[in-house]
Amino acid sequence: MDLSAINPALLLASLMVAATPILLAAIGELVAERSGVLNLGVEGMMITGAICGFAIAVETGSPWLGFAGAAAGGAVLALLFALLTQVALANQVASGLALTLFGLGLSALIGQGYVGIKPPKFARLDIPVLGDLPVVGRVLFGHDPMLYIAIALVAGVWILLRFSRAGLILRAVGENHDAAHALGYKVVRIRILAILFGGACAGLGGAYISLVRVPQWTEGMTAGVGWIALALVVFGSWKPWRVLLGAWLFGGITVLQLNLQAAGVAIPVEYLAMSPYLVTILVLVILSADKSRAPASLGKIFHASQ
Amino acid sequence: MIVLEKRPQPSRAWAIATPILAVLATMLFGGLLFAVLGKNPVEAILTIFYDPLLGPHAGYYRPQLLVKGAPLVLIAIGLSLGFKAGIWNIGAEGQYIVGAICGAGVALAFYPLEAWYIFPLMVLGGAFGGWVWAMIPALLKVRFGTNEILVSLMLVYVAEQLLASMSLGLLRNPQGLGFPGSRNLQQYESAHNAELFANTGMHWGVVAALLSVIFAYILLNQHMRGFHIRLTGDAPRAARFAGVRPARLILFCLGSGGALAGLAGMFEVAGPSGVVSIDFNVGYGFTAIIVAFLGRLHPVGVLLAGALLALTYIGGEIAQSNLGLPAAAIQVFQGMLLFFLLALDLLTNYRIRARQTGVA
Repeated sequence: MDLSAINPALLLASLMVAATPILLAAIGELVAERSGVLNLGVEGMMITGAICGFAIAVETGSPWLGFAGAAAGGAVLALLFALLTQVALANQVASGLALTLFGLGLSALIGQGYVGIKPPKFARLDIPVLGDLPVVGRVLFGHDPMLYIAIALVAGVWILLRFSRAGLILRAVGENHDAAHALGYKVVRIRILAILFGGACAGLGGAYISLVRVPQWTEGMTAGVGWIALALVVFGSWKPWRVLLGAWLFGGITVLQLNLQAAGVAIPVEYLAMSPYLVTILVLVILSADKSRAPASLGKIFHASQ
Repeated sequence: MIVLEKRPQPSRAWAIATPILAVLATMLFGGLLFAVLGKNPVEAILTIFYDPLLGPHAGYYRPQLLVKGAPLVLIAIGLSLGFKAGIWNIGAEGQYIVGAICGAGVALAFYPLEAWYIFPLMVLGGAFGGWVWAMIPALLKVRFGTNEILVSLMLVYVAEQLLASMSLGLLRNPQGLGFPGSRNLQQYESAHNAELFANTGMHWGVVAALLSVIFAYILLNQHMRGFHIRLTGDAPRAARFAGVRPARLILFCLGSGGALAGLAGMFEVAGPSGVVSIDFNVGYGFTAIIVAFLGRLHPVGVLLAGALLALTYIGGEIAQSNLGLPAAAIQVFQGMLLFFLLALDLLTNYRIRARQTGVA
């Protein structure tokens, strides 16, 4: 075992990359949950985004179009969820599970012809001066644009929720849908928009895995990242910046265990691979004591009685 | 304008009709999907639903119906108890894996001893393994209020890694020339979950599945605990006033679900599969979620739904080899079924009324 082979700067740089898919999916889910919708289909929307983005990037040769396609793919699947839960008033837990099962199958179906293909390369941003700084340049400024978009998205969601009228309405719908309805807000319409946003973000997160992080297509490649993103929203107690912090924590654990595997630590590979999931459980246990931050109408069905 | 009016009570007629309508809608849209994939939709649907039962080679496929249906029913019965009470165990796949590891572990510990008590011990081991795995989310929920959905699901990934570790390490066949995977339990007479009658597909797992249906029916209809499960699901507040202790209910529902999933895993590893290997689990734990909902969380319904989804597995395999239909298409097909069911459930709980606009 040779721990000195692990380069801290590279470790931190890959931490940022590993955290991005979780972050994208989690920030989308955060918006949906703040509007009072619990969408357990994140994993399904992510994997659908992963294959839609991959297929479109390969066919057009443009990673940007790929990401756009991934967002669209995730949003289309999210629309199914919105129809089920907001129009057909189905149970949100069951509908989310259905979305994940369906998404996993659909992605495998679409992805059949794309196994073993390399996607077009997504260039890193070349930031002059800043990118040349020792250590910091590599860690903070040497990444692809999508990573920065993800962080900008967190800032955007924070501003929206905290300082804008739209954010206030969204939170009102999530806290008490009956009161929001009585005030004349269109609860169902707002929730559908939030669900679509969540789906698009999850799709982007999936495409980040298949286009940047891995980059390749394999069946079921999201391997539970969508579920970790769901846990992350709880971990971040529904606050954007805390979600970013949590995403870096999970990114760090993922990268560290991969590095330890490569360095040949005496712990068997399988046990190292368990660690992100075990840490998720641990974090959930520590944080589940305080539930006061959860939106009050989370997961409840809204039906405007006549 | 069309408005929804909540029914004072869910309609019984629609509750029975919606699963049937959902299956028909899935056949229709599944057929469209197959047509998009360039297959003859009628032929594909017939291959999936007709051939395994009454086709020319049905004699070969019919036993498979029991082999595939038994684990689905066993797991789904356990899940349905929890779902009824609003306790969401979605990590049955993990409990299934751990049950199989424990069951096989018991057998391999005795190898090559031949004795009558090995198989019963394996049954206990399998149930125990699944129970322990389900107790983790249960205890965390009871003690810390942790979300059981996320914990039970995370444990599926942990169980998959554990399975890989076992088939490469502890349980690997020492005479297997270094290949991953355990000894084949089919060749170990005392541990083999053999067919009870030749060529029927009937093994102890099928017996256990049928028994679980009967027990669940009695539990839900004749027993106080079953009443508490139903009450908690329908009216949580009333349940609290009636003195239902949520902690006990959580431990019971997750525990029994886990034990049943563990049993399913054990019967599978000792019989149809035979070996503990990396690709041992094929997603029964997740498909069982569809089975539980399609069966309306009712024991008899679960039995019928389990048979239907077993049919799609077998029919899917036939369609794969005969028509070149991709395996993933069947997964989409199964997911679609759950979608339609959830959507059509609207009709059970709500009445659709046309209303003139402009009424104050």
